[in-house]
Amino acid sequence: MQLTVWTYEGPPHVGAMRIATAMEGLHYVLHAPQGDTYADLLFTMIERRAKRPPVTYTTFEARDLGSDTAEIFKRAAKDAYERFRPQAMIVGASCTAELIQDDPGGLTKALDLPIPVIPLELPSYSKKENWGASETFYRLVRGLAAEQPKRPPNRLSRPTCNVLGPTALGFRHRDDVREITGLLFQLGIDVNVVAPLGATPQDLTRLPAADFNVSLYPEIADVAARFLEKEFGQPYSKTIPIGVGATNDFIVEVCGLAGIEVPDLSAFASNMPWWSRSVDSNYLTGKRVFIFGDGTHALAAARVAADELAFTVVGLGCYNREFARPVREAATELGLEALITEDYLEVEAAIARLQPELILGTQMERHIAKRLGIPCAVISAPVHVQDFPARYAPQMGFEGANVLFDTWVHPLIMGLEEHLLGMFREDFEFNDSAGASHLGGHGAAEKVSDAVAASEQTGEGAIAVLHWAPEAENELKKIPFFVRGKAKRNTEAFARDKHLETITLETLYDAKASYGR
Amino acid sequence: MFCGLTSIMWLHRKMQDAFFLIVGSRTCAHLMQSAAGVMIFAEPRFATAIIEERDLAGMADINEELNKTVSRLLERRPEIKLLFLVGSCPSEVIKLDLGRAAERLSMAYSPRVRILNYSGSGIETTFTQGEDACLTAMVPELPHTDAAELIVVGALADVVEDQFERIFEALGIGPVHFLPSRKPGHMPPVGPNTKFLLAQPWLRDTARTLEARGAMHLPALFPLGAEGTTSWLKVAADAFGVSAERFHAVTEMPRARAIRALARYHDTLAGKSLFCFPDSQLEIPLARFLSRELGMTLEEVGTPYLHSVHMADELALLPADVRISEGQDVDLQLDRCRDARPDITLCGLGLANPLEDEGLTTKWSIELVFTPIQGYEQCGDLAELFARPLIRRTRLAV
Repeated sequence: MQLTVWTYEGPPHVGAMRIATAMEGLHYVLHAPQGDTYADLLFTMIERRAKRPPVTYTTFEARDLGSDTAEIFKRAAKDAYERFRPQAMIVGASCTAELIQDDPGGLTKALDLPIPVIPLELPSYSKKENWGASETFYRLVRGLAAEQPKRPPNRLSRPTCNVLGPTALGFRHRDDVREITGLLFQLGIDVNVVAPLGATPQDLTRLPAADFNVSLYPEIADVAARFLEKEFGQPYSKTIPIGVGATNDFIVEVCGLAGIEVPDLSAFASNMPWWSRSVDSNYLTGKRVFIFGDGTHALAAARVAADELAFTVVGLGCYNREFARPVREAATELGLEALITEDYLEVEAAIARLQPELILGTQMERHIAKRLGIPCAVISAPVHVQDFPARYAPQMGFEGANVLFDTWVHPLIMGLEEHLLGMFREDFEFNDSAGASHLGGHGAAEKVSDAVAASEQTGEGAIAVLHWAPEAENELKKIPFFVRGKAKRNTEAFARDKHLETITLETLYDAKASYGR
Repeated sequence: MFCGLTSIMWLHRKMQDAFFLIVGSRTCAHLMQSAAGVMIFAEPRFATAIIEERDLAGMADINEELNKTVSRLLERRPEIKLLFLVGSCPSEVIKLDLGRAAERLSMAYSPRVRILNYSGSGIETTFTQGEDACLTAMVPELPHTDAAELIVVGALADVVEDQFERIFEALGIGPVHFLPSRKPGHMPPVGPNTKFLLAQPWLRDTARTLEARGAMHLPALFPLGAEGTTSWLKVAADAFGVSAERFHAVTEMPRARAIRALARYHDTLAGKSLFCFPDSQLEIPLARFLSRELGMTLEEVGTPYLHSVHMADELALLPADVRISEGQDVDLQLDRCRDARPDITLCGLGLANPLEDEGLTTKWSIELVFTPIQGYEQCGDLAELFARPLIRRTRLAV
């Protein structure tokens, strides 16, 4: 039994819904009580989809238990087929129906529908949303493509690939697909099928015709991509094109898979390298950033933060254990220990302890950041309605790199403003408790120091209580709020190291000299 | 339609010393963070104890696991005085006896924490019925009294509660208690001389349990609109022997104000047709208010559950030919709605955008549960909730 307030991932049948909702001509019959229909609003409200998810819920009630829930399922499956006339159906159970073991697969088979019906086994009590999406996509690909002939040799036309992984409710999947499809086209590679987003079951039968696959979201696509590799000899790409460096690597990788020459990359310009090199960005150097998300996005963000913005990564982690290994490796390379957890309270405690200047995370970290008064940008699912922007805002490819620069830098105090706040701390109109002028922020200063206090109360109990002399405390208040937490933490660590009980002005500046900025 | 767990969204804010521990699955936890549409800022006073495979496979004793979870929770949140163990679909299906668990844990944590249980499961309850189940669980805990006092039953927005309290005081009815109470530790006393008003239409079992303790239900219209509010107050006034003159003197001004506020929206709403999908059980009182006080026509009024006694007065005021549908069969209801092409459709979050995309104007029903709409001073706000989508549509030129 696990005590949970907020969760990073929903149950696995929500993963299956993300696949079904992304596709056209597919219907999902879900053996589930009425209450499970809440999941529709994820798509219609959070993602603002104008269509209902193609899901029929059986909506059995307590009084049906033990009598005819199987009959209810059969009727729902038959009605759904007749009403929606899909090209194919997936059938399965949510957590409650899993317990009553009605076997949706077998029941639908008995209906003898004239379309492919793919049964899903999604164990709700051990697996989660991403796993459910990945498993559903794999079952669909296997069920619909496996019977197809091996691909004919393709040496006459341009090389082709499939783009695998984008779903409904994915973080910027719509825009990533457009960006990467365009990039592949420019490279001379045609896209055969994009799936599941926008694909029909019939499209899935055409997957084997491509020369190779691009696995855009490994959390969802890798299992299917490995199946296609084994079954049809289609290799798949491993690089995730987030950031300028990774996009360049991606180009090299896909050109290799396509058997074409790598073009002159200077033709593919991103503004991001110059934006980062221009002198205005100097102040970004060494900004302490905490990164948390799904494994793929967290890893990608760490590389961009360290190599392309010259931030210092002070924390790195992910919530999906399936992808923990590469995150652990990357963290070790950065001299950190990765935080692998599904418990957002643990993430909050880590952030409060580390006092980063920027958080890159999910909607959960955005809430933590608001509470602690720390700037934040969202880099990974789960996300909320404001992370489905009206404008084109990919994370991937060269335009994606531009978007990353803008969205990560925007929450920070601007460079010159940071200097002025550092110099004139007592201006009654323009002081740090007024927050960043372009954000209209208020009161961030107090929150940071509160957070430090809170983190210490909950932190390791063995630490002796330190006393701040009044003049040192006053001086501390003159340090701009966005670095005050760190200064306080460093000074106290310094004092403990020197076995001091009281922190004086001297201690404060000794610590400053010892730590640098 | 949501399951009964969703009512924790307002109950956990209303009862400040209570905590709601759902014993369920990852789906329940996911529902709770998705349903409200926003994550609540402060650490919420609810959580989910997620049943895992090892609990089901018998590798862990599920009752033992629950004990541990509760102990961890109470350690971290020492301010909790009242803990609800809330049953869910999976806990009901595996027949986990939360009643016994609550008794067992109550003994362990008494007198510091009182532990009660109810089911919010989606195989037995919909949306607002969760509040009914919760309040029903509280009724046996209420202290006894022989005093002739009034209880207003059903969670109301604080501001509405304050307005009603002032009116009752002016009428000379008092003290008035509210169930649930926003005052930490306060439990309204109940006994054979208690009279109670239902502030919400979804309280079937709570009413029955209060009656079993001797309290008397005062049947009235629900306090939506000027007419509903007046009926609701008048029933209490009559039961407590308030003179007609005094009642008139106290209610005349706010009633006139409500009618003035409603007049602003009359032109927008009069003659417009309404189709209600079932969601909260507020549908019938709302339809009565919108048809009688704002001149709207009714295509269909869906309700998740129809309590014929509690709804008797309301139903009597609806046009005789109106179609009332109980329960949900969403595809058939959608067919009827598309046929009717109503001017405004009241529906859940899952349907609103798809219907808007088909050119229908909608009002999300969940907003009616999360907005102060009862009483005289909120009449205008309630009308405005229905007028806004129509006005928006006429203003937009994109």
